[in-house]
Amino acid sequence: MERKFVLRGLASGALAGLLAFVFARIFAEPVIGRAIDYETARDTAQTALARAAGQLAPPTAPALFSRTVQEDIGIAVALVVFGAALGALLAVVFTLVQRGSGRHLRPRALAVLLAAAAFVSVYLVPFLKYPANPPAIGHEDTIETRGSLYLVMQVVSIVAMVLAIQLGRVLARTRGSWQASLLAALAYLLVVGTTMAVLDPVHETPGPLRDAHGAIVLGGFPADDLYLFRLYALGGQLILWSVLGLALGPWAERALRQSGRPVLTRASAPG
Amino acid sequence: MTTPNLTANPPVETDLTEVVAGVAGALWLLGAALFGLLAVYFIGIDQGMTSVFGHTLGIHEFVHDGRHFLGFPCH
Ligand SMILES: [Zn+2]
Repeated sequence: MERKFVLRGLASGALAGLLAFVFARIFAEPVIGRAIDYETARDTAQTALARAAGQLAPPTAPALFSRTVQEDIGIAVALVVFGAALGALLAVVFTLVQRGSGRHLRPRALAVLLAAAAFVSVYLVPFLKYPANPPAIGHEDTIETRGSLYLVMQVVSIVAMVLAIQLGRVLARTRGSWQASLLAALAYLLVVGTTMAVLDPVHETPGPLRDAHGAIVLGGFPADDLYLFRLYALGGQLILWSVLGLALGPWAERALRQSGRPVLTRASAPG
Repeated sequence: MTTPNLTANPPVETDLTEVVAGVAGALWLLGAALFGLLAVYFIGIDQGMTSVFGHTLGIHEFVHDGRHFLGFPCH
């Protein structure tokens, strides 16, 4: 059963990644292209300013892969492998929960609930504090700080989600599931809200570039493109997690039935 | 709340095939978790804030657009 769940998780995730790639290729790649154009224009302008000031311009690194490779193959491989990885991890959690505390739920409902909880805690909440950024935003020398902050936000959010669900299950025994769910959600929001307030903010969106006299040589990063990129990044994750959750459940139910195990359906679910 | 009859598990048998199946199942879960974490690490983080193969940028540059799109800090 574990093998079947893992393989089905991998397949669901790869499918989810493929669909997210199609979305990204159509909607996000044009924005990424414009962001890279802006980055190039900014590098050129900065080099010109440095020359004008009599300084040595920093050398630019040669590109390892062409843009075509990056926007057609690189992102496809990244999203499919990443989707499969999420699928494998969700299958592990699903297998453990399905034979434990989640056995009163229909498997396909459990898969969707787990995927939703994972989407909120792994991506959505960290995104609210540290949203996705297109190329050209972010200094190379702050990557370690930004990476650690994002990771801390993710870890706190995931741990808080697991604890909140446990809290909800305990409270449900005495207060009923409605109140228990609300209180658990409140506890989760309290923890992640406090974490967001405590962690350092990151403001690295490039503003206008000025010459020695203060005249603007190049405008700041286009606000519309920043908005669009973040919107599409969020959309991509929605596709990734919803396809994963929706595909894994029915496949897992079929595997359970094939092995002769009883599967809760609407008719047999406890009222 | 009514208890569904699913919870009435048959008594646990400890013959060899069950033990082998249990170990195999645990290994599948372990392998899946390991693959998942490693893949997320290489697509999202390696050759950025940390790097296991030293100062190379092959993977980073190849999955670059995906890294940005998935929300990982980059650049
Ligand atoms: Zn980048």
